[in-house]
Amino acid sequence: MTLHLAVALEGAGWHPAAWREPAARPAELFTARYWIDQVREAEAGKLDFVTIEDGLGPQSSRPDGPDERTDQVRGRLDAVLVAARVAPATRGIGLVPTATVTHTEPFHISKAIATLDYVSTGRAGWRAQVSWRPAEAAHFGRREITGVEDLFDEAADFVEVVRRLWDSWEDDAEIRDAATGRFIDRDKLHYIDFASRWFSVKGPSITPRPPQGQPVVTALAHAETPYRFAAASADLVYVTPFDADDARRIVGEVPVPHIFGDLVVFLDHTPAAAREARQRLDDLDGAAFTSDAAVFTGTPAQLADLLLDWQSAGLTGFRLRPARIPEDLRAITRGLVPELQARGVFRHEYEASTLRGLLGLPRPANRYAEGARVA
Amino acid sequence: MPKQIHLAAHFPGVNNTTVWSDPRSGSHIEFASFARLARTAERAKFDFFFLAEGLRLREQGGKIYDLDVVGRPDTFTVLAALAAVTDHLGLAGTINSTFNEPYEVARQFASLDHLSGGRAAWNVVTSWDAFTGENFRRGGFLAESDRYARATQFLDTARELFDSWPADAVVADQERGVFVADGRAGEFAHRDDHFDIHGRFNVPRSPQGRPVILQAGDSDAGREFAAATADAIFSRHGTLAEGQAFFADVKRRLAAYGRDRDDLLVLPAATFVLGDTDDDAREKAHLIRRQQVSGQTAIKFLEQLWNRDLSAYDPDGPLPEIDPDVSENHIARGRASVRMHRDPIAVAREWRERAAAGKLSIRELIIEVTGRQTFIGSAATVAATLNDLVQRDAADGFILVPHVTPDGLDEFADAVVPLLQERGVFRTEYTGPTLRDHLGLAVPPRRARAAAGAAR
Repeated sequence: MTLHLAVALEGAGWHPAAWREPAARPAELFTARYWIDQVREAEAGKLDFVTIEDGLGPQSSRPDGPDERTDQVRGRLDAVLVAARVAPATRGIGLVPTATVTHTEPFHISKAIATLDYVSTGRAGWRAQVSWRPAEAAHFGRREITGVEDLFDEAADFVEVVRRLWDSWEDDAEIRDAATGRFIDRDKLHYIDFASRWFSVKGPSITPRPPQGQPVVTALAHAETPYRFAAASADLVYVTPFDADDARRIVGEVPVPHIFGDLVVFLDHTPAAAREARQRLDDLDGAAFTSDAAVFTGTPAQLADLLLDWQSAGLTGFRLRPARIPEDLRAITRGLVPELQARGVFRHEYEASTLRGLLGLPRPANRYAEGARVA
Repeated sequence: MPKQIHLAAHFPGVNNTTVWSDPRSGSHIEFASFARLARTAERAKFDFFFLAEGLRLREQGGKIYDLDVVGRPDTFTVLAALAAVTDHLGLAGTINSTFNEPYEVARQFASLDHLSGGRAAWNVVTSWDAFTGENFRRGGFLAESDRYARATQFLDTARELFDSWPADAVVADQERGVFVADGRAGEFAHRDDHFDIHGRFNVPRSPQGRPVILQAGDSDAGREFAAATADAIFSRHGTLAEGQAFFADVKRRLAAYGRDRDDLLVLPAATFVLGDTDDDAREKAHLIRRQQVSGQTAIKFLEQLWNRDLSAYDPDGPLPEIDPDVSENHIARGRASVRMHRDPIAVAREWRERAAAGKLSIRELIIEVTGRQTFIGSAATVAATLNDLVQRDAADGFILVPHVTPDGLDEFADAVVPLLQERGVFRTEYTGPTLRDHLGLAVPPRRARAAAGAAR
């Protein structure tokens, strides 16, 4: 069985000292060129998609708010805009930016991701992210952060609104009927009339239904509450098992079409060299690297073994987080991918032109269209 | 040396200026159309590309208005993608200050400025209608009279965020292990009537410092807002006398804010029709007007003034004898132009007199009284007229609105621009990488935190 593969792009890599590696390009992190190069590298490896990290506050070594460290990367560009900037410079790879749902408007996010789908001609996805940090709430000044349950309840409503807005135009709403002078058939535009304890949104969207109908919605989940959110809202969930048995347990808990295992990877030609790289960066950072996801240190062939083992637990794919860019990204595209191809479990060419196509997800019927529910 | 002209290309909008029934008319939503117009504008060395925005589909008589182009993309997302298919062209978009938050908008504009190498511009608009507010969690909470206060405070807050990182904060010194010079870069705190926010901004200072600020208000408050804060102001005053009056008025207001005449550019929106001869152009212009104002469209326009259902009237017949309904609730919603009719009864009387004198039907009258093209003539005539308006201080340049998507600017780029270049009034090459370079604007100085605090 073939597997799906994505990489998670984050600054100079997921290790906080990765920017100090000789091959890193830390001075270019805020340029378009840098991001185009990374996504093109992932595209050369025929990966399903890249995700792009984002947040409504600066990176920090503290969980609860900003720190004052000067020795780590601080600052980032808006991920949706990075994806849009990269889209015309790429052809086959899916683009999945992170966008936060907690302080933002579902109307804006809906049309932004729809537009990303237009500018990439059907390669857009979205990682819906909850913000629980009081420091980020203070950037908006409108609310106190209440419990985690509330945040995910709101997130589910947010995604529901975004999805309804994507469907608020039927695919054939634009008619350009010269005889009657009508540009659209307004019976094919729909008010979504959503109301909940979090917000009400009237609709329809100002943006017509995007090429994929529904761009791919994804979410990272580590525990029961976010699992529920992912099951209700996402097409694809990233989970963080620590071994194959753990993966099997999680797969049973999250009924989502695609379940990707997240792994941070340090890769090199020998296990010793990979361990050395990790140690070198830990020394520079002054602390041992830790992550919410399992950390793999070894060779691409060893990683291929592990991925196939975990896949047998029911995972449909993996999102690899390169500890260092470009080294670990290149080890994925130029080491791991050929290894998986040789084992007959990964594509040699893109077999579809849309992200849904690459993930084997059909283009969904429009919930508002006549007869949509008949089938 | 003669004044240099500034030119921008407006992506055709969702109104009846845009003729979608023309056989050349392409998609209004596919990226290829945006890329096509932007590349034409860049080939012609235009200053910038402009994209308008409206956050709720227009309605008339309680139904979605279906006679004009409907549907547009997200402004930021399209502009970021256009940065990939152009190298110099400025990228300007309308972003509403009512249905957004400063932190988010500031990071989007700062990101766009980084990703385009310093080409971002922001047309700041403020709406207050509850109609649009129904699409947003914030709702339509603003009183009309508060809108410039909101816009000013929004812009002031955003500027504080743009200025929160020193230009040289990112050092990325691998050897010494110093990524940022100051561990507290991005720190801000802002409190006023509309915003009470503090923390850390997370986008380093962008190439232009902050985006170029555009403003479109024509009221006294709008002009004052522009004089205080904007780098360019749009206007509707495309004729010599009206243009000169507007130009003189807004330039006069600058001194009070310690600004020079050249710190605010006046850029009226303009349409154009080109022909082989002036007569040919006039004939084309008339045909285009008839395409823009169909019988159905004429009735809808009339309804906007009358504030009544006039669907029973024949567009080729005379104007209604009944007077407009002057009660509050307007028949058309989500449309700025409706508010321009201050005294509907008087306007209706004037229109009836004009129709009677010229023996005009409803449709012919509407063709007369709405949106005539600004520049009509041969390329030589249009180049001369446009240049004359700029040299005589009726404008610093124009925002050109083609009536066909996406090829509607081609003729202007191919025929008029070379004539302006021959006259030495329009650039033949870009002289710098940023939009500020094209517009001749200096990078604004960074306001340090203490100074910003003291200014409040």
